[in-house]
Amino acid sequence: MTIIVSITIISLILSSVYDRKKTLSGVKKGLMIFVKLFPTLLSVIIIISVLLYLTPKELFLEYFGNESGIMGYVFAALIGSITLMPGFIAYPICGFLIKNGVSYPIIAVFVTTLMMVGVVTIPIEKRYFGLKVTLLRNGLSFIGALIIGITIGVLWNLL
Amino acid sequence: MNKIIKEHLFDLIIIVLFTICVFFSLIFSFKPIIDIAENNFWNFFTEMLSFLPLLFILIGLFDVWVPKEAIIKHIGEYSGIKGIIIVILLATLQAGPLYGAFPVTHLLWKKGCSVRNIFIYLGAFSTLKIPMLTFEISFLGLKFSLLRTIITIPVFVVIGIIMEHYLKKRYFEIAEIS
Repeated sequence: MTIIVSITIISLILSSVYDRKKTLSGVKKGLMIFVKLFPTLLSVIIIISVLLYLTPKELFLEYFGNESGIMGYVFAALIGSITLMPGFIAYPICGFLIKNGVSYPIIAVFVTTLMMVGVVTIPIEKRYFGLKVTLLRNGLSFIGALIIGITIGVLWNLL
Repeated sequence: MNKIIKEHLFDLIIIVLFTICVFFSLIFSFKPIIDIAENNFWNFFTEMLSFLPLLFILIGLFDVWVPKEAIIKHIGEYSGIKGIIIVILLATLQAGPLYGAFPVTHLLWKKGCSVRNIFIYLGAFSTLKIPMLTFEISFLGLKFSLLRTIITIPVFVVIGIIMEHYLKKRYFEIAEIS
């Protein structure tokens, strides 16, 4: 966070020193994109907030637990794809799950799908790439996340 | 004005519904919805407002300052492995959720970044952001983070290559949100 703030401030100062007019048009351009995107962002975070409320962390534990076997991976991938949460919420949950006996490979699948696949953000993504490409990217990422999780599962105990 | 309402109809319905729900929940102190609004929603909302405007200012500055030739040369069609390394490094320095990366991809595409590198950028952005990695290491340990990083890089590079092949013979553009 502080990195972004400082980078922005430094860039703004440097940019204005070289060319004030250009800077102003750049800032305007950037903020216009933000304003246009704002309603969609707002509705997405509302949906995520409600979904997140409906899935307490004990529920994750129930589905990811070690006794759930291969289904643990499937649930981890599905739940990771549907939900969207920032790192500061996701990682504490993962820490909690690990402490309660969920295996690292399952966490890897969960974390990777969480990051790379975004079902709730498809409405945003498709405005940029079109629906077909969006679905393809998400589908490939879903498969990729499973591969990552399985590979970590194989390597984890060897290392 | 009509155009805005038409384009964002779904979003507006959600926003209005949520606002009404929160309003009545406050009056009748209906706990679950107040909880959603106070914790989850407020967290996301402040996260969004705290860094997204800055990110978009940077995008705007990038747009006016970085010439197309530079992008084409370094991460364009013929940039090879060097180009891949550059986009990955660029992506790790970013912060924020994936939906913040889409406007950046529009800009990169417009300036001549290759399709492969755009999807590699998205992959690296979503999985290898440095601010996020520090968080991951503190909760899940260095071994997990290192292993995940090493395995993840080839996966999203392959995804980038597949996307490039798929889109090669098709018309593809990254739209600007209007």
